[in-house]
Amino acid sequence: MNVSKVLAFVLCAFLLATVAMAQTAQPSQLPPGSPQLVSPEDLVKVLQSPTGEKPLILNVGPWLLYRQAHIPDAEYVGTGSEKDGLQKLRARVKSLPHNNAIILYCGCCPWSHCPNVQPAFKELTSMGFTNVKVLYIADDFGTDWVYKGYPTIKGQ
Amino acid sequence: MRKVVLIIIAIAVVIGLYEFARHQSARNGGPAGTVGSVAAPFSLTDIDGKPVNLASYKGKVVLLDFWATWCVPCQSEIPHFVEFQNNYAAQGFQVVGISMDDGPDPVRTFYRQYKMNYPVAMGSTELAQSYGGILGLPVTFLIDRNGHVAANYRGQTDTAVIQQRLEALLKQ
Repeated sequence: MNVSKVLAFVLCAFLLATVAMAQTAQPSQLPPGSPQLVSPEDLVKVLQSPTGEKPLILNVGPWLLYRQAHIPDAEYVGTGSEKDGLQKLRARVKSLPHNNAIILYCGCCPWSHCPNVQPAFKELTSMGFTNVKVLYIADDFGTDWVYKGYPTIKGQ
Repeated sequence: MRKVVLIIIAIAVVIGLYEFARHQSARNGGPAGTVGSVAAPFSLTDIDGKPVNLASYKGKVVLLDFWATWCVPCQSEIPHFVEFQNNYAAQGFQVVGISMDDGPDPVRTFYRQYKMNYPVAMGSTELAQSYGGILGLPVTFLIDRNGHVAANYRGQTDTAVIQQRLEALLKQ
């Protein structure tokens, strides 16, 4: 085996590893049923429970959708698919302990197409946060939350 | 005696208000954005600075699409809407896009990239709420020639279904 073949082999292996790493950041990283996900039903129970620590709920979706309706006490930080949104997310959690319970959600579109929750989740885990969950919204926030009659703040 | 009269007046006022609300709802055909309701009027400016008024399309069938550049299902629907605009405009058809993006810059880029051939204006909370709330994308409304909501499609929809419905509306 000559040197050029070895180099080609190393290059291919590097590229394959890079592709594999990139794929872990895709939506399939958090498929339905993943332990990092929380269902709307379970989050409602947490919100309505008179006891227990309440998680910090952060909306990483589009502003116009948040303004129409959002989960009570959820804070808007910006879209997780944009640099600016991730920057605001980092700024919001910077002073929090890494074991702080955080729930991220968006609900702009069907789960497999949401461009916002995966980058936001990745950002927080890469910062060292260990108690981050993502609200699993199968279709959209209207269908899976508002129209089911779950607690909602409208028009603010 | 005076107390009784006041109570009767109060009851009459409540009944009157209730009947008025009921009459208005029936006249508008139901809650905002539902099939049969009057399509909420709007007067906006498109991303090129031109006016977009729903009233100016009176007598036409209008496809009103709430979408966003980052919305993957929207991206697959839009080329079909461009095609509809090309194929049915002569029969009295108009597509209007309402972008739910945070700002117009990505919308302008997308508009050119997808060769969109119909007006696109930026959305607002108020406009979204006047169509019953846009709490996920895409949402598409078909408005008949009389200005009533004839159909609404929430989430990605088979555009053949929309096409079939709009063709039926164009014949009315």
